[in-house]
Amino acid sequence: MTLSDKDLETAMADLLTAAPPTLAEGVLVEVGMIDRYARFEAPIGPLVVAWNGLGVSAVESAPDDATFEAQHLARTGRRAVRAGELPEDLGRAIARRLGGDRQVRIDLDLRGHTDFERDVWQKALEIPRGEVRPYGWIAAEIGRPKAVRAVGTALGHNPVPLIVPCHRVVRTDGSIGQYSLGGPANKRTILAAEGLDPDAMESAARSGMRYLGSDTTHIVCLPTCRHARRITAPHRVPFRSLEAAAGAGYRPCRACRPASGAIAA
Amino acid sequence: MDTDSTLIAALARDLDGSFEALVLAHQDRLYSIALRLLGDRRDAEEAAQDAFVRAHRALASYESERIRELRLRPWLATIVLNLCRSRLARRAARVALARPALSLDATELGTHEPRADDAAEPAATAVRRDARESWAALLMTLPPVYRTAVVLRHVDGLSYPEVATALDRPEGTVKAQVHRGLALLRTAFEAAQRREREEMTA
Repeated sequence: MTLSDKDLETAMADLLTAAPPTLAEGVLVEVGMIDRYARFEAPIGPLVVAWNGLGVSAVESAPDDATFEAQHLARTGRRAVRAGELPEDLGRAIARRLGGDRQVRIDLDLRGHTDFERDVWQKALEIPRGEVRPYGWIAAEIGRPKAVRAVGTALGHNPVPLIVPCHRVVRTDGSIGQYSLGGPANKRTILAAEGLDPDAMESAARSGMRYLGSDTTHIVCLPTCRHARRITAPHRVPFRSLEAAAGAGYRPCRACRPASGAIAA
Repeated sequence: MDTDSTLIAALARDLDGSFEALVLAHQDRLYSIALRLLGDRRDAEEAAQDAFVRAHRALASYESERIRELRLRPWLATIVLNLCRSRLARRAARVALARPALSLDATELGTHEPRADDAAEPAATAVRRDARESWAALLMTLPPVYRTAVVLRHVDGLSYPEVATALDRPEGTVKAQVHRGLALLRTAFEAAQRREREEMTA
């Protein structure tokens, strides 16, 4: 049988093939026009993580898929489609971040948020696991010492709680304060999982202790600073104010920078 | 093409508002180009996806004037072709590393499209699918330069000027490559038929 050019051309035209349905979705996720989401287990129970090619876009507690999808659409304007599980790299990175590794890189998709909010979240990222800082500390550190309430609001709008550890920011009076991811009880659970004792923190604050110094180094810290937590009981010197500490000859710690909290307090 | 000029005007106005329409309008052709050049469904899907992501990145960086001047069909073809070329080069390097005795041409022959495991398929569909698979396999035996020209002209259906733009080669060269490609394809088909006859009579 001999083939004409026409036969060959017809055979070739027949090789045009429909793209698999996953292709368009993959493209739109990769360019950040739709998000994927999956559930993962956190110390406070099952959470939803959403992401796209630009980064993680949401961490939320949601009772069911439909609720999450509706909330996500309302918040971001983007459709969210359920994925089987987190991409392996992302799952590992999140686990390491929750374990306290601040170096591990997790890209975030924070489009649609203000520079102020991003500054607040960026600063919250600097707080080590097992430590807390007052709202006023964040405000002072980002150069907006009077914006303490706005800092609280920005933390409440944090779309990626746990990854950006807004749970490590507490009220200036030492009480735990609000938490967007299911309320203050969750905040206590997470802080306890990170090695803090929220009840002891609050009762120390109630007794008037805002700062903790060491009588061997004469350095004064915020009470949860890793340096303060190393001070052994006989050498712990509590202070109500930095003025009192300065008067006693103590200088502020360079790691936790307690003066930042004091400016706005 | 008329739908494309509407699409281009929309892309120039509002990229994110019309990008999904671009993907839906061009996904079959970019996937087909990649599939017929790479011979593997997963590779093809990845290459096509990557091509759209690159197109989005490029469009996001272009002034609307530049977007309006785009010739969408050859432009997208060029993007996916470049990605297919680098995939073939990587694949060749990998195989060359693993089996240094084999020639590079031979490495591309082994990558036939996987067969869909569909037991309840009507006989006519199965025959057509077999025919398509045979043609796809024959196409994979052509040297890449002829295969590419044939795929763009006759699988994707680009005009000769569009193929010339996509490949950045003179139209005359492109025409010669398509004709040579079809001739090689005919020879390959006839050789396959002869083999089949010999097997049946043996």
